[in-house]
This record gives sequence, structure tokens and C-alpha cells, in this order.
Amino acid sequence: MSSPREHSLTTSHKLEYGYKRSLGPVLSRFFTGIRDRKILGARRADGTVIVPPKEYDPDTSAALDELTPVGPGGVVKSWAWVSEPRRQQPLDRAFAYALIQLDGADTSFLHVVDAKEESAMNTGMRVVAAWSDQATGAITDLSFVPESKNSREDAN
Amino acid sequence: MSEEANEPIEVLRLPVELEYQYTAGESASRFLRAIKRGKLLGQRCPVDGRVYFPTRGCCPQHGVPMADDGSVELPDVGTLVTYSIVRIPSENIPLDLPYVTIQVLLDGADTVMMHVLGECALEDVHMGMRLKAKWKPEEEWESSVGNILYFVPQDEPDAPYDSYKEHI
Repeated sequence: MSSPREHSLTTSHKLEYGYKRSLGPVLSRFFTGIRDRKILGARRADGTVIVPPKEYDPDTSAALDELTPVGPGGVVKSWAWVSEPRRQQPLDRAFAYALIQLDGADTSFLHVVDAKEESAMNTGMRVVAAWSDQATGAITDLSFVPESKNSREDAN
Repeated sequence: MSEEANEPIEVLRLPVELEYQYTAGESASRFLRAIKRGKLLGQRCPVDGRVYFPTRGCCPQHGVPMADDGSVELPDVGTLVTYSIVRIPSENIPLDLPYVTIQVLLDGADTVMMHVLGECALEDVHMGMRLKAKWKPEEEWESSVGNILYFVPQDEPDAPYDSYKEHI
């Protein structure tokens, strides 16, 4: 005869891979720039600027090593509102993921706009970089906020 | 990283995390409750009588349910079937290097379990060694195979190769 059934045991598990990525010469300069509160793009032979920088030109495959500062302001080209952020997302409050074309750049940069409310977002709006107090050299050192008269002054 | 404030950033840490609740199910729960009492529970297949360790819900070979009363208590002694000497550290494994991971065939079982070997010089490790579990103090037992700290070589002749060759 079977013994009376007991309930199943349950426990919490955490699966974790502690990856480290070697950045290489170009992205190393990009992330060092982030720590130093500068956003760098890579200049191509035709003068256009790719942000974030790539090691090689996506069309000609030529090695890229000229980095140039862009931003800190830019234009939102497209966006999606995240009303209920998950724990590992960049902010603990509602925010927008946006494609941002920074001033001086010719491509859009996927990043975060800390806009407080969805109604504050629109395509074509100007945003400006806001830096976290802790400069660690991670992409999360940075977020963007809607550009206001005040934020323009901060940026200057 | 503030102490490296002027060094270039050359490496990015990108941990991938998955946190979840694991429910053991009836059969594994029976095994885990038993090991909390210091007992090792296997389960006998009703078709061919092979003993699987730990207990599981059904026989993986015949696909038939394993009844509760097919449980078999196994001794904490067995044979080292195969092993590997580990010399590379891993953040989630708190063992001093080098250490030896082993597959142990408990006496009476037809499947092996993975564990580590202790109290044995590296040059003495070999297949067929007879082993016994070294348990944590009883007051520290929980529902975990970690109640066994490691296996220790026994002062007895090696098991004959034929007794464990199908498990290599």
C-alpha cells in the first residue's frame, strides 16, 4: 500500500553565468569614455559617425579607430514604453526604451529615457544624457531625460 | 571599480541570472526527506528490478511508474566508477583545488551518483576503489545531497572491473 502522500518540497534556485567580456581596443575606449562621462562614436571614411562605435565599418569592413565625442543631446527616433519594469531592467520605475540619434551621430543608439510618464514621450523629442553618481564604466552609468531649459544648462 | 578610476576599462562583467522556484515532485521529495534523516533512498523498477538512485517518478527505460513501495534503502558505501581531477576554479564551487569529482556506484544501486573524493592523495585515486560517505554532523543535516561532504577510500580490496564496467 502507498503511504499517505506528502506535499512536494520546493526551493528557490539561482542559475548564474558570471560572464566577463573582453572589450577589445574600440569598445574599451567607448566604455572608458562612459566612465569619464563622454559618449564616443566611430567615424567612418565617408565622415559619418556610428554610435555605439564598431570595430569595423559595416559596409566596407575597414577597421575603425577614430573615435569622436557625440551628444550629450539627441533626438528620439522611435521608442517603446515599459510600464512595469522587471527587476533586471535598467530602472526600477516606468521608462522608455528609445532609439536616440545623438547630436553628431548618423545612427541611432538604443538606450533608456527616464521620462516619468508615457505622455512625456514622443518621436522627434529632444533628450539629453543624465549620468549616474557612480561612474563604473557600464552602459547603465547613463540614462537620458527629456531635454528642458534646465537640462540644457546642465549639459553646458 | 573606483580604485581603478584612471585605468582603461578593458573587461565588462555580464552576469546572466535566472532565479526560479524548483518543485521536486513526489518522488524526489521522498528522496530529499529521507536524506534529511541520513538515509539514501533508491527505487526499484517493477519491470526489470534495476535500482535507480535517487528515487524518481518513473523508470526511464520502461516508462512505467515506480510505486512508493519500490523504495530501496541503500548503504553509504560503494565503488568509484570513474573520476576527474579538477584544477580549474569555478566561482560557485567552494572547494580547494585540486579536487577529485567521482562517479560512485552505491552497493545495491544500478545508477551512479556524482560526488567528490576526500582524504585521498591524487596519485592514489583509481577506478574500482571502495568508498564510504563522510557525512556532516547530524545536527546540520538538511534535505540535500550536501549532507554527504565527500567519499573516503576504504581499506579493502578494489571491486572487480566487471562489477562496475557497464557504468563507465
